[in-house]
Amino acid sequence: MAAPDLHTFTLPNGLRVVLAPDTTSPVVGVSVHYDVGFRSEPEGRTGFAHLFEHLMFQGSESLEKLAHFRHVQSSGGTFNGSTHPDYTDYFEVLPSAALERALFLEADRMRAPKLTQENLRNQIDVVKEEIRLNVLNRPYGGFPWILLPPVLYKTFPNAHNGYGDFTDLELASLDDCAAFFDTYYAPGNAVLTVAGDFTVEQARELVERHFGDVPARETPQRPSFAEPPPHGEVRGEHHDPHAPLPALAVGYRMPDPINDLDAYLAHLVLASVLTEGDGARLQQRMVHKEALVTDINAGAGLFGPFEARDPDTFSITAMYSPEVNVDRVLGALDEELELLAGTAPSEQELAKVTARWVSSLHKEHDRLVSRTLGLGSFQLLYGDPGLIYRLPDRIAAVTPQDVSAAAKLLRPDSRAVLQVFPAGGAE
Amino acid sequence: MSITTHRSAEEIGRTERGPRELPPLGEQRAATGLSTVDTTLSNGLRAIVVKQSTVPMVELRLRIPFADTDLMHAAKAEVMASTFLSGTARRDRVAVDTDLALVGGELDASVDPERLSIAGNSLASGLDTLLDVLSDALTGASYADDEVGREKSRLVERIAMAKSQPSVIARQALQKHRYGDHPATREMPEAEDVAKVTSEQVRALHKDFVLPRGSVLVLVGDVELDAAVTALESALGGWKADGTATELPELPVVPGGDLLFVPRAGAVQSQFRLSTQAITRTDPRYPALQLANLAFGGFFSSRLVENVREDKGYTYHARSYLEFTPGSATLLIDTDTASGVTANALLEIRYELARIVLSPPDESEVDTVRQYAIGQLLTATASQSGLASQLIGLASQGLGVDWLVSYPGKLQEVTIDEIAAAARDFFAPVNWTGVIVGDSAQFETVRLLGDVKQ
Repeated sequence: MAAPDLHTFTLPNGLRVVLAPDTTSPVVGVSVHYDVGFRSEPEGRTGFAHLFEHLMFQGSESLEKLAHFRHVQSSGGTFNGSTHPDYTDYFEVLPSAALERALFLEADRMRAPKLTQENLRNQIDVVKEEIRLNVLNRPYGGFPWILLPPVLYKTFPNAHNGYGDFTDLELASLDDCAAFFDTYYAPGNAVLTVAGDFTVEQARELVERHFGDVPARETPQRPSFAEPPPHGEVRGEHHDPHAPLPALAVGYRMPDPINDLDAYLAHLVLASVLTEGDGARLQQRMVHKEALVTDINAGAGLFGPFEARDPDTFSITAMYSPEVNVDRVLGALDEELELLAGTAPSEQELAKVTARWVSSLHKEHDRLVSRTLGLGSFQLLYGDPGLIYRLPDRIAAVTPQDVSAAAKLLRPDSRAVLQVFPAGGAE
Repeated sequence: MSITTHRSAEEIGRTERGPRELPPLGEQRAATGLSTVDTTLSNGLRAIVVKQSTVPMVELRLRIPFADTDLMHAAKAEVMASTFLSGTARRDRVAVDTDLALVGGELDASVDPERLSIAGNSLASGLDTLLDVLSDALTGASYADDEVGREKSRLVERIAMAKSQPSVIARQALQKHRYGDHPATREMPEAEDVAKVTSEQVRALHKDFVLPRGSVLVLVGDVELDAAVTALESALGGWKADGTATELPELPVVPGGDLLFVPRAGAVQSQFRLSTQAITRTDPRYPALQLANLAFGGFFSSRLVENVREDKGYTYHARSYLEFTPGSATLLIDTDTASGVTANALLEIRYELARIVLSPPDESEVDTVRQYAIGQLLTATASQSGLASQLIGLASQGLGVDWLVSYPGKLQEVTIDEIAAAARDFFAPVNWTGVIVGDSAQFETVRLLGDVKQ
């Protein structure tokens, strides 16, 4: 796919800007990515990066509490934010008449967020309810994104729970918030993306007007989160009071997403060959032929690919019936990986993967939210937003031998195996 | 943290220049007109095609009314939907997937008490393949014994999985509380019924219920209208049958009444699912109701969310919304709160219901919800998939592209008084009922508020 019209520049305060004009619909997307995620939060403050994301919506110098939401929505727009391993994003999608307003809102909280004790206490309560809703009160809550990392990784940044422990959340202080903002939310540590219906000159002028006087601040040295892969197979268990069936997550380390992109992409293709669609290898064998599992999925990243720098996780997850022994499931997985390692997949298997990538890229591009966020995260992680549009070609260039080589790297003697057991009480 | 000195929270929150003024909205460019055709194919299928060439893709939605009063219907329908794409005389399961994958495509079938829904997409260049696979399944899905057998065991496990979700438990309790044993309540079959379904029954169900007449297909994408209609006619013309697809019998009106408290052992949250009777999109009061609902709980800046989440911190998520049923509609309130504040949350929900009747939205609230509703329609229909989903929803109520085009104008015309009237007609606490699912210990406090039974 040809890259759309992309313009990038950097303001004197260090803010990187991506403009992607496209006049097909009279709507715009605005996002800001800050180069800090839950891997950077300090020990004893698990969940802090996400809690802080909530606080960024609670008002700023020019905006009372609730004003951010009201201004976006009364302009006909939507908003949200999300916290990832290595970045935190904020976005608005609105009718194009509201472009300047969205830029104003983002600039105001980049310049001077209003961090108050009252809002901190209120958002700790809200975040605790979010965790109860998404983790504690439902089956398979946090599976595998909270449960697998502590089995696969040893160091705090990679292993800890990014949603946070309630005790840590309760301890969060206003001073923690101030330190976190001053350390990580400098304009030089952020990417602003504007996509949709505008002209480059107009957008550039508005960006300079609103973000130009956000004072430059020192940006933090980006830490390395590198740690050695596991020696041997490390097993972990979790007893889930709500789960009706056992579940399994197998985690492997994978190539550096940034510095070894082609090998990383070969792992993505491998994931598709293994589990995407009824014709995929593990679907055919483990779901349909041998009925070992109810569902099986493979993929990169805790929430998807291109969300983290090194180290990133390749995982295979499955739900299976209590009558099936987990070692049979692992055995079948290892046999299929060994088969692929020995005999490269067919050209047709790869053609399917490529075609589905092309169409999913088009679909992402067509949804303005995902287009805006994708451009921003690729600028942040790769310094190259246009790379998104070259991915189908890069994926198409992955050879059957590359996929074999990827399969060979998923070794049983260097992986994490997490089992989830139903702990009764499910109604 | 990594820097040694930092400003205080107070210093961070102010600049020398001080607060700035919110910039006004600019000039809004109108969406370009939709190029569309709404026609009936020779087999009686209604087809709506929209040319939207934002990306070289097509999005397809097909809805087949699929209701029955047979107590085994939900089980048979669920097995049928999950094996609908598992093979035909021309393609086995793997070939279906391969053919779709090679054109960057996917197709998926799902069923609810009202209808069988088929959704898919592909590269625009693969439209013929997408339609060929669809037509193959519509006219020749084989429901082989081994495919049906295996999907049944997967379904039994999936049902067990779904039934352990608090949201599913709460939904089932609400449906039963609102509608008793009406077929609309059978949103998920019982595992033991699924186990009894035979492949003969599934084949018979397909033959009797998968009917073009009464069904609607929406195609949105990078297509030329005439060519797309011709492609549809040639691919789907062979899907023929007498009879008309079966609509769900009308639902009883939801009367106001006591809330039902449903105990769930070990719950750390309580699910509130409240409901009242509403009206459909064809009712002249509908735009006013939509705006009243937004002001009440229909978006983040609503009274309900600002109260129970942003002020009280009782919940992460609260909302109210409209749900459309054949010929009618209901309003619902959903929220999940911490167990310990169950009664407090009920008090606040009832307070907000009463408040919107007695203090209906003022000019500034009305302006906010009006702009939001108009803007949402614009952003939600800017993508092919968003537009296709919007249109299939409208089509099942007999509406089409005209409605979509004229609706923003109707929203512009709604008056404050009409919104106040809608608030009074639809939000009065006396007209609401519903369920609370939670830890049984909470009932002792909740019942003190009155109008809650166990």
